[in-house]
Amino acid sequence: MALREPARMLAFGLDEWDLLLRIARQTRLLGRLAVIMDEAGEVEQLPASVQQQFTAARVFVTHYQRAACWEINRILAALEGSDVPLVLLKGSAYILAGLPPSRGRLLSDVDLLVPRELLDSFERTLLAHGWAAVKLEEYDQRYYRTWMHELPPLRHPQRLIEVDIHHTITPLTSRLRPDPEKLLADSVSLADGRLRILQPVDMVLHSAVHLFHDGELANSLRDLVDLTDLFQHFGKHAGFWEKLVERARSQELLRPLFYTMRYTNRFLAADIPVSAMSAAGDAAPTAPVLRIMDNLIAAVMLPEHPDFPRRRRVVAQWLLYVRSHWLRMPPGKLLLHLARKQIMRWKHRQATAGAVLHGNR
Amino acid sequence: MADRGLLLQTGPFTVRVHSNINGFIRLMQQFYGQFPVVEAPAIADFHVRVTRPGGIRRWWRPQVQFLLDGQSPFQPFQLSHAFPLFEWGLNWSIAMRAHQYLMLHSAAVERGGKVLLLPAWPGCGKSTLCAALVSRGWRLFSDEFGLVRVDDGQLVPLPRPTPLKNKSIDVIREFTADVEIGPAFHGTRKGTVAHLRTPDASVVQAHIAAPPGWLVFPRYRVNAPLQMKPIARPQAFLKLANNSFNYRLLGLQGFRVVTRLVRNCDCYTLSYSDLDEAIDMLNRLVDT
Repeated sequence: MALREPARMLAFGLDEWDLLLRIARQTRLLGRLAVIMDEAGEVEQLPASVQQQFTAARVFVTHYQRAACWEINRILAALEGSDVPLVLLKGSAYILAGLPPSRGRLLSDVDLLVPRELLDSFERTLLAHGWAAVKLEEYDQRYYRTWMHELPPLRHPQRLIEVDIHHTITPLTSRLRPDPEKLLADSVSLADGRLRILQPVDMVLHSAVHLFHDGELANSLRDLVDLTDLFQHFGKHAGFWEKLVERARSQELLRPLFYTMRYTNRFLAADIPVSAMSAAGDAAPTAPVLRIMDNLIAAVMLPEHPDFPRRRRVVAQWLLYVRSHWLRMPPGKLLLHLARKQIMRWKHRQATAGAVLHGNR
Repeated sequence: MADRGLLLQTGPFTVRVHSNINGFIRLMQQFYGQFPVVEAPAIADFHVRVTRPGGIRRWWRPQVQFLLDGQSPFQPFQLSHAFPLFEWGLNWSIAMRAHQYLMLHSAAVERGGKVLLLPAWPGCGKSTLCAALVSRGWRLFSDEFGLVRVDDGQLVPLPRPTPLKNKSIDVIREFTADVEIGPAFHGTRKGTVAHLRTPDASVVQAHIAAPPGWLVFPRYRVNAPLQMKPIARPQAFLKLANNSFNYRLLGLQGFRVVTRLVRNCDCYTLSYSDLDEAIDMLNRLVDT
């Protein structure tokens, strides 16, 4: 795999490059691939067409990273005078803290963690400074506000980056309930004192929860790459692994940590100490369940040929979608939610079908 | 084109096109027959499929969809509009991805080794003026994209069929007998569209870049007297930056490229109604 051993790319034939570039683009890793080759100092040996596509990808990533920094700059300006602690999550945290996952990383939103009691005033401040709710159906708005761990996304009409404001890292209805107070209390200040990021172990756990218990896992190889980078970077620090396992245990996040270790190691050769792996193994599911997860994860996480999607993947994607909701809310609510979503989807399809019939003669 | 796909070279881009729609394949032969074909194996910049969606639309009011890397970025068209859908889809794909260039929304034609840029928004008559200039011996770079190389500021040709819209179709037919115009597609998003075949000479020289020489912002107005006015460079800069597909995306680099381009060009606005007069004026501008 190209991400693991960049040197092997030098031996690629044109056909292999052709497919690799498409897959990298599909998994949002083209920029990352370009940076890997830059770091290896081998870009000039690559076919001209690859260099061109890398150049375009670098421009694109740089633009979005710049836009995210500017968005944060604007938020700080809007907050001038108030002392809401602004904790950056995921992409924007990696970029502003200069952590390894930021290399060539694309992002389309800025994720923030805000104490729950300051949520309303924070949202009002942004609305007063020109941000607006991204247009959502009324049901979706309500869904976010009553059940989710974040507000409906906000966006400034003149800019392209969305702002997602979280007050904790798992949905309110989820079975996993890590304590956001602890995350905030242990967050670390960046050079610009108004900005903070989660401490390393929480950063890993947040990304792990997001990947394995919140998202839909489709096309999430990029998130696994983030986690591999974090392991490699923080893993060198003394006591990191012990602290990570201990924190996961106390926050009841050992299961997602187990999955993260297992799959970063399996797919991206992340270097994880045996002791940490076996400690996290306490939270492993039973052997048959684990076997099913292994199959599903391999089916959706590993990219496939863009022209020949397999049915297996579609089925696996659907199963993991159901799983993510199962983890997110109790069965009664889940049924109600999925039924409403299906009806909304059906209505939407009717509406667009009508528009196509009447509009596009 | 049905199984392995066609690897088409258009300017700096290699496009892999798959399709099993016969009418579309015939039009591709008519409009791209003179273009170079790349031998496999090759790295394509764009992987495009022009296919029929499944389901009821196979029989009832059949449709065609444009797929880029297996994804369909827009609504299907009616089946007979496969060719304009491909042209439009490829333009969209280029505009979304080719950020190794500064992309201007501009026609570009070359004469005497320098490029005349005609940046304009739709409806200003840039395609018509471009088609008319090309029929009088200018070399076609593109009627849609001014591709500016970031490192040396040179313009890169991207010859493709020129889409003529509505009245422009007859205007060009009357203007010159010496062009090949394809079938008219009625009722597209832009009204009736018919495509002008790319001159062979432009295709043969598609690898030859050239520096910019003139920047002329055209504006067609019914019965307007011919008027060409120089404009100040800062004004030209703003007009050009606003008209670019990816000026903001390129950041500081975009600023530098546009600055350099404006410095190296004589900048004008042109309002016209008569093509012959406009072309005379532009020829004189270039030949002096």
